[in-house]
Amino acid sequence: MSSELFFSTISELRARLDSRDLSAVELMGVMIARTKAVEPRVGAFNSFDERDALAQAAASDARRATGATLGALEGIPVGLKDVIAVTGQPLTASSKMLANFISPYDATVTTRLKGAGAVLWGRLNCDEFAMGSSTENSAFHPTGNPWDVTRVPGGSSGGSSAALAAGEAIATLGSDTGGSIRQPAALCGVVGLKPTYGLVSRYGLIAYASSLDQIGPFTRTVEDAAIVLGVIAGHDELDSTSWKAAIPDYRAELQRKQGPWTLGIPKEYFAEGLDPEIGAAVAAAIAFYESQGCRIKEISLPHTQYCLDTYYIIATAEASSNLARYDGVRYGHRSQQAKDVVDLYFKSRSEGFGAEVKRRIILGTYVLSSGYYDAFYLRAQKVRTLIRQDFTNAFQEVDALITPTSPIPAFKMGAKSDPLAMYLCDIYTIGVNLAGLPAISVPCGFTQGNLPMGLQLIGPPLQEANLLAIAQAYERAYPWSQRHPLL
Amino acid sequence: MSRATDLNIDHVAKLARIELSAEEKTRYARQLGDVLQHIEQLAKVDVAGIEPSSHAFALANVWGEDVARPGLATKDVLRNAPAHSENRVAVPKIVD
Repeated sequence: MSSELFFSTISELRARLDSRDLSAVELMGVMIARTKAVEPRVGAFNSFDERDALAQAAASDARRATGATLGALEGIPVGLKDVIAVTGQPLTASSKMLANFISPYDATVTTRLKGAGAVLWGRLNCDEFAMGSSTENSAFHPTGNPWDVTRVPGGSSGGSSAALAAGEAIATLGSDTGGSIRQPAALCGVVGLKPTYGLVSRYGLIAYASSLDQIGPFTRTVEDAAIVLGVIAGHDELDSTSWKAAIPDYRAELQRKQGPWTLGIPKEYFAEGLDPEIGAAVAAAIAFYESQGCRIKEISLPHTQYCLDTYYIIATAEASSNLARYDGVRYGHRSQQAKDVVDLYFKSRSEGFGAEVKRRIILGTYVLSSGYYDAFYLRAQKVRTLIRQDFTNAFQEVDALITPTSPIPAFKMGAKSDPLAMYLCDIYTIGVNLAGLPAISVPCGFTQGNLPMGLQLIGPPLQEANLLAIAQAYERAYPWSQRHPLL
Repeated sequence: MSRATDLNIDHVAKLARIELSAEEKTRYARQLGDVLQHIEQLAKVDVAGIEPSSHAFALANVWGEDVARPGLATKDVLRNAPAHSENRVAVPKIVD
């Protein structure tokens, strides 16, 4: 019976909790046991606090007993990537720089999750400061893909995707700057959604690249993603880049929106480098949509080949600025070896940051430095305008774009030791962040080697309701998330 | 557009306040050199007359009410300070 629980959906569990078939404390007990059983192999968590989680669950049961109006996530265990602030809990960004940092405040998404009755469960591993595509850059330990623990779960939100896939949480939150929700979702066989830039507040998210970062949910089903999005989305005064748009009832909209739709296939996303099994799975999904009456149009996003370069200039530039705050002075790692205050900055930063973080800070500093700013950063900002324009043009003709999420399935740990090879994992996800669009990855099958494959749907800004409906149409016919890893 | 070999890693690391070992300098310079060589293809894009985007959507002059709000309690802030005394973060001597 336990396996039904830890692989259940939010919807299923809400029904059982509401009917008193199950208590939040019982559910949390099952999650704790499952986590302890599989963590030695998966390593999705940086830390977890069982006593705190059980106390939250008990509080949830008490709320339920009073007959008060319950939140959308009442009693549901939700894991958070270790870059999202929760008062009194560690906030490490999987870095030595913040290894001992305890957050003194809640992120806005945390406040919203608590307001919805969620039980916050654990601190999930990630690439250090969200920089990476495999979670191998975590300063603490790598995370294993539950489908094959010798392989990566993807990154940077690899702990979030792995924990969900392994049954250690019912939903998780991650963050996506260049694909860091969608790519791990694809590699672990779960649903991962990156909302429109500005839809979900970044207050309390450790900043990597401020014009690209977005928090989003990992869930087992599209309906669950709609539920979580409804909780975390919305304008926030504390985030000046936050949208003032009205938030639809995403779950209700899922019932209403039926299709058929016009779907665009960007030809540049189906060129060399795409694993043939993934290509075939995406082609099968396209054929499915066509069989349901959807119109399929081949379109072009002509600046696709420049997305990666544009991203690695803009993201690293913004990161070099955002990570300047880690100086050993007010919080975070302070070197004990420094001879004077300037040396304090050099030594604290050098001791606190890992290799990939240092590389990106250096690259970002370079592209902003005097003499190079125009040639790199300013030029990249202009190419960004062109990339955005490509998508705007495409959406004149189609409702959504359909692409693979990741060009390859989960690779072996250590297989991509060359940074550039690792960056190429993001080729299909990265343009979306530059254009600020919403995008979702849904499972679309398994390779011959039983590794998950993911399908990406990209929508126009603020059209999450439609995007979720399109995704759910496929999921209803192909419920791949009902298959679970053997752990 | 400058060439990948223009990266003076000593200079840039200094700007970023990052200290690198000799081995790190060589390794990162090479790895970043590869990335920069890839990035060089941006020079081919015709950007004449194109406005730069600092982010995806135009947001201008987002104002907040000029109202005082409680901030973090001092004790909560100091909990993460590497060293503190008398309600202040303690730092190495700066001025003699």
